[in-house]
Amino acid sequence: MAAPPRHATMQSISNGGIAPGTDRPQAQQTQQAQLSQQSPGLRVPSNRKTIYDRHLNRSRNAELSRASFAFLFGEMVTYAQRRVTGIQDLEKRLNEQGYPLGLRLLDLLFYRSTSTSSSALSSSSTSSSPPNRPLRIITLLHLIHGPLWRLLFGRAADALEHSVSPDTPNEYMITDNDPMVNTYISAPRDMSMLNCAAYVAGIIEGVCDGCGFETKVSAHNQPTELWPSRTVFLVRFGDPVMEREKVLERAGVK
Amino acid sequence: MPDNTRGVFSLIIINKAGGLIYQREFQSGLRNLSTNDYLVLAGTFHGVHAITRSITPKIPISQPAPSPATSSTGITAPAASGYSYPNPGVPVSGLDYLETDKFRMTCFQTLTGTKFLLFTDPLTGSVDTIIQKIYELYADYVMKNPFYQIEMPVRCEAFDRHLGAWLRGRT
Repeated sequence: MAAPPRHATMQSISNGGIAPGTDRPQAQQTQQAQLSQQSPGLRVPSNRKTIYDRHLNRSRNAELSRASFAFLFGEMVTYAQRRVTGIQDLEKRLNEQGYPLGLRLLDLLFYRSTSTSSSALSSSSTSSSPPNRPLRIITLLHLIHGPLWRLLFGRAADALEHSVSPDTPNEYMITDNDPMVNTYISAPRDMSMLNCAAYVAGIIEGVCDGCGFETKVSAHNQPTELWPSRTVFLVRFGDPVMEREKVLERAGVK
Repeated sequence: MPDNTRGVFSLIIINKAGGLIYQREFQSGLRNLSTNDYLVLAGTFHGVHAITRSITPKIPISQPAPSPATSSTGITAPAASGYSYPNPGVPVSGLDYLETDKFRMTCFQTLTGTKFLLFTDPLTGSVDTIIQKIYELYADYVMKNPFYQIEMPVRCEAFDRHLGAWLRGRT
């Protein structure tokens, strides 16, 4: 691997982002001065309950407003659209926005799949059956197709296929007939190639990278009569992953 | 001609500056207007609508009734000068619908000033429901689309698709 792991750089970016903003408007600054003195670097709500004070399983079955997500995602697309040179550049930016989310979702996914069987503390101390990190490609893809999709969108993805071409054995396809992120988006005619689900592709890429599978994921439009916004996520595993896969297959690792 | 679209002829959306931003016909056989004619129609209607709103008659207030306890006296007394709308609680709306023996034109204005003009058969019922649904689809598929620029012509494929599907499937 020539390039450093991508998530290493992401980590440093996100750490820098928490630092308290110095160029905030004056009025806001005086208002929050008291709070920021008590806990520098973290903005604490008035009831002193940050997101870190809550149990991770609290929002497990919580539902979010689809409209607010649509507006938020719309703003993300608008933001990514600034100063881009073309469609590929825009998709790359959306992908980069999804990537760190994928890295974090992976941990959340594992954490929640442990604590369902028994209480979290006992299972971690005895380590009776910790949920295994997927080692093989198929296990990883099933994790994305099922649990990850359910965590994100409340349902499993619609199809999981392997490339039929013998030239590209490293390509897999995950199909979503109606991606939730694209529900309210219609791309203009001159950008008909654009698929904003590149954001979801970034999430998948983050999950794969977090598991130690070097991947490139891209989103492609494949509309049908019944499903006009059908999207195929093309997952391309890197050569080292394919080599390791062969070794694991010989060793009989599942 | 009883079509599946059930008496909905055509839809026009006018932005708050009086510009035409959407126009679509739901039945074949309507007389074709050029794009320019549609623009003129939208602009003219915008003006007529503004006039009808401003000529809403005011009636003289029968007695000033300066009751000191209510706060309303402070607002109405200096400005109204003895005249008021018949029902001051309801904002002045302007032209709501226009009916001929061949069609009925219904105008719905949103709070932000966008106007929906719906041309229907005069016998079509529950036009308000249709307009509310069109407004809902507009709010969903136009206003939540990051590629739509406010006040500009509506070119959203998802809006076209859902509008057509809903009008066709309506029972």
